[in-house]
Amino acid sequence: MSAVALQMVCIAGLLGLAVLAIALSRSKTATAVIYGATLAVSAIALIGALRGLLGGATDATTLTLPVGLPWLGAHFRLDALASFFLIVVNLGGASASLYGLGYGHHDPAPHRVLPFFPAFLAGMNLVVLADDAFSYLLCWEFMSLASWALVMAHHREPGNAKAGYVYLVMASFGTLALLLAFGLLAGPAGDYGFAAIRAAQHAPYAATLVLILMLLGAGSKAGLVPLHVWLPLAHPAAPSHVSALMSGVMTKVAVYGFIRVMFDLLGQPTWPASVVVLFLGSITAVMGILYAMMEKDLKRLLAYSTIENIGIVFVSLGLAMAFQANGLKMAAALAFTAALFHALNHSFFKSLLFFGAGAVLTATGERDMDKLGGLIHRMPLTSFAVLVGCVAISALPPFNGFVSEWLIFQAVLQSPELPQWALKIMVPAVGAMLALAAALAAACFVKTYGVTFLGRPRGTAAETAAEVDRFSLTAMFILVALCLLAGILPGLAIDALAPVATQMLGSRMPAQAGQPWLSIVPIAESRSSYNGLLVMVFITATASLAVFIIHRFASHALRRGPAWGCGFSDATPAAQYSGVSFAQPIRRVFGTLLFHARDHVTMPPPGDVRPARLRIELHDLVWSGMYAPIADAVGFLSTRLNHLQFLTIRRYLSLVFATLVTLLLVLAIWS
Amino acid sequence: MVVISDIIVQGVQMLLVLLLAPLLTGYVRKIKARLVRRQGASIFQPYRDLLRLMRKEVVLADNASWLFRVTPYITFAAIWVAAALVPTFATGLLFNWTADLIAIVALLGSARFFLALAGMDVGTSFGGIGSSREVMIAALAEPAMLLIVFCLALVAGSTQLSTVAHFLASSYVGLRVSLGMALVALFMVAIAENARIPVDNPATHLELTMVHEAMILEYSGRHLAMIELGAFLKLLLYVSLIACVFFPWQIALYGSGALSYTIGAGAYIVKLALAGFLLALFETATAKMRVFRVPQFLGAAFMLGLLGTLLLFVSRSF
Repeated sequence: MSAVALQMVCIAGLLGLAVLAIALSRSKTATAVIYGATLAVSAIALIGALRGLLGGATDATTLTLPVGLPWLGAHFRLDALASFFLIVVNLGGASASLYGLGYGHHDPAPHRVLPFFPAFLAGMNLVVLADDAFSYLLCWEFMSLASWALVMAHHREPGNAKAGYVYLVMASFGTLALLLAFGLLAGPAGDYGFAAIRAAQHAPYAATLVLILMLLGAGSKAGLVPLHVWLPLAHPAAPSHVSALMSGVMTKVAVYGFIRVMFDLLGQPTWPASVVVLFLGSITAVMGILYAMMEKDLKRLLAYSTIENIGIVFVSLGLAMAFQANGLKMAAALAFTAALFHALNHSFFKSLLFFGAGAVLTATGERDMDKLGGLIHRMPLTSFAVLVGCVAISALPPFNGFVSEWLIFQAVLQSPELPQWALKIMVPAVGAMLALAAALAAACFVKTYGVTFLGRPRGTAAETAAEVDRFSLTAMFILVALCLLAGILPGLAIDALAPVATQMLGSRMPAQAGQPWLSIVPIAESRSSYNGLLVMVFITATASLAVFIIHRFASHALRRGPAWGCGFSDATPAAQYSGVSFAQPIRRVFGTLLFHARDHVTMPPPGDVRPARLRIELHDLVWSGMYAPIADAVGFLSTRLNHLQFLTIRRYLSLVFATLVTLLLVLAIWS
Repeated sequence: MVVISDIIVQGVQMLLVLLLAPLLTGYVRKIKARLVRRQGASIFQPYRDLLRLMRKEVVLADNASWLFRVTPYITFAAIWVAAALVPTFATGLLFNWTADLIAIVALLGSARFFLALAGMDVGTSFGGIGSSREVMIAALAEPAMLLIVFCLALVAGSTQLSTVAHFLASSYVGLRVSLGMALVALFMVAIAENARIPVDNPATHLELTMVHEAMILEYSGRHLAMIELGAFLKLLLYVSLIACVFFPWQIALYGSGALSYTIGAGAYIVKLALAGFLLALFETATAKMRVFRVPQFLGAAFMLGLLGTLLLFVSRSF
């Protein structure tokens, strides 16, 4: 059985599970059966994909099924790039299934989630494997619809219906853009197989249009600013393990689509294209994290943080395009590998954090961090796992987020070699934006973790929280281990990504496995190197040494007492810093310009017993500046055209006749 | 043999920074006191403070979690590892390839991350105000610092600190506009990162003026000692960084004999003394800013770093 056939069997299994879930919808055991089976199938698919990437089987295997367009059939192909993204998809799928085994029991309406969960996974797998435009679009739409159904699982909760609607509109728009992109790629001959598209010569104007359409199509699914508006609505609305899949995995499938078209189907990228991608990516990174900083709903915050990380991935891809267009092969491989590595890392820690948010939701029923606090005492294991996730996503050593961002910075430092002035001016600014995004991410996750897990409980929900079940914890701790492993042994991951870079760019990063002490050396040791393992060993060793020496030779006495707080200690928990107050300095520095943020304080006069009030005004300028006018225009046109519904038969007939005459006239003039 | 001498040099370096750090802080305090016509405490006072704190018992708030108790050790370890990777009197240390300048910045970021979390752990308003302002300052100082790193890396062709120091010490780099900008920006960042006067007051206990001090308000005993030592080390780290990159005179190159190591160590002490004096002078001569003036101050550093980097992208000769 070839590798691609194995994957297709797994997908068929997932689709079968979706049908089975409908049959079992009313039974008690459905949750355990479906998630257990999904876990097993995802694990098999994951092992298959890992074998494909690590086993050096770089030659693609293909499979044609007699469905789809009659003269085309449905083509599926497994190459190095698809293998890598299958790993991302199925690792996410397996961990989400494991988490679902525990989390699914708390679902009020499991029959609304169970059938669509395996179907959603199958859809994502199919998109990555599709080898012709028709199957690709069909699977893409299948994936979008399955995830839309999951977003609408709890349709009675306020805001979810709107989230589903916005998501549906944006997804349809994105698919339309992709449809047009593939139409352009297929050219006048209309050959929709990827192999034929690859072989064809594309006109320059077509390549430009395809770039714009791909940025619209894949970019809206991935969450590039200004197409990101659906993401913070839809991702949090789904159940938490599905949010993890949507944020950690489905955005990566969109990145896959972008890479497939830009680096593979279109042949060589051009440098003006890279300028556009770099610009959008850096804007996305900074805006995404600033939105997250302003947010107090845990899951929405994580969705915004996904936007930031997608921006980072796109910046890295933009750098790879710029280097590749100028024939700087080594630098291109470095930037491309960094982009893929960051995509993988992001799927680890974003899934972990969404699982953590789900655990908090299970334990407290609360997503608003300003009503939580002190959970570190009530949920010790969850809070430890989330702490690791927060450290990893803030790009701090020795975890994995740091390694991929470090590689991207190394790629930025290669850029003076680029000959074009536009890029020479652009890249330093992009590097500055990335640095800003990284620093803001750390600030954002200090806020998230500090307000949610530390301090004193701000309500009864947080006071009575209890630790979640074992399945959820196991899923979280597997991801914790992966975050740490990818951070201290990055060389292995970089080597595993080499076939992908070779296939897409024709070059790869130098082999890292032979480096002493398992360091990573992107270009040459004299330039830069990093060793996560030793950093971790040093920190652990020095910290342990300090603990040992102090406890051995100095005091280890300890007394518990009330908090000092400068003598002002009997304040209520409500007097603590909340998420909103924590973000106030950053809101004032950045938000004044970007969100038109204003704080309105109303202080009653002395002697008045009314409470003082603080009202914070924030405007989403993207929504009010771009989406609201479009929505208004559509509404205006609809009301105008509404009159056409109530015409008499005579008027309808004359309308038809007039149209016919007009079209005939156009034809006559045309020819 | 070579490995053994490498390990010795690395170990000497790690111990040296640990022993010198409190002295530098004590020296700066002494100079500041003398400048305002006070007698001032002995320059060895920080050592005594540390010993006193270590012998005292820890008074822990009822609500403090395990994170509160491990943070002092984590922050201390992260800062010490970072400080051990900055060349002081000699380049070419044994483990200098484990982390480059970007990683050093990130290590300091880790220390700050945990300290800010610990500030929020007890659940008093002071901890919150400290952490909140600290991350605001860090959100501006870190990108500025990274741009300075880009500047240096583009001049020296490496982010490896030993290589940078080696390059700037051994070849004739000359006066460069970009390096001048980087130096000014690095000085501003160092002021902000070490909670020195125009940004934050290290000696204050007035609530509304505190940033760093508010975060560690709940700490006592050995925990406080660790955090204080970390703060001393951080100051030393930044001074060493400025010294080894911009003023690498007499720094011993890798593999040179014991004599040049001694000369390097002597030169290093002189540089520290000079830097401490200038810092004290600067602090005495300026007044503390309002918190919301700090973004402008650091924005200037950020822009200087960006300008320097841009110039180097335009032409390597700037």
